[in-house]
Amino acid sequence: MNYRLRYFASLADVAGCGEETIVSDAHTPRALYPELATRHGFRMAMDRLRVAVNGALVDWEHALADNDEIVFLPPVSGG
Amino acid sequence: MMRFRLSDIAIDGAAERRALAADAAGACVVFEGWVRDHNDGRSVQRLDYQAYAELANNEGERIIAEAISKFEVTDARCIHRIGNLVIGDIAIWVGVAAAHRGSAFDACRWIVDEVKLRVPIWKNEHYADGDSGWLHPDGKAVAEY
Repeated sequence: MNYRLRYFASLADVAGCGEETIVSDAHTPRALYPELATRHGFRMAMDRLRVAVNGALVDWEHALADNDEIVFLPPVSGG
Repeated sequence: MMRFRLSDIAIDGAAERRALAADAAGACVVFEGWVRDHNDGRSVQRLDYQAYAELANNEGERIIAEAISKFEVTDARCIHRIGNLVIGDIAIWVGVAAAHRGSAFDACRWIVDEVKLRVPIWKNEHYADGDSGWLHPDGKAVAEY
């Protein structure tokens, strides 16, 4: 399936881009993140991240659909 | 109604406060978070804030709605800056109006705390020594990106 990934903060720095489209057989965020970590060299552990699909927070077993926009959110630091 | 928003220009606190005015309100509590010149023992020269805007707006609105149902307040608003900020700029503005001061103080503090925990906004600090870094404060080693 095709997924649109967006990256923020340190993940964007490590990936060297703010967004990309990838093709993957992963059907859940839990399966997808390790692929991206390998591809980009992310060292941030999954238990530090939250995940959003199409603008809403979801759990790690959420069933991904073709063309979903997926964001792995590192710990936030607003305020 | 948009009670939470991101702003890429300076926050006008006086204008935001006027928007809270209501005949039933007898108290208004405002919190302004300012950019300070140091953090964690390091000298800070400026900040960048980056947000995942779609989710930040949704989550911010949810927090304000939760505050209004949780505390006895007449209205509440929050504006968070994005982009490049310098020392002294307002980074976050939270205002709460209520019939009485107690719930206005409580709700204001609660909103600030929830925004800092939940809303997808990240701070990049630029230090006097030329170094910079995104803050990911969750008690884990910051360098493990």
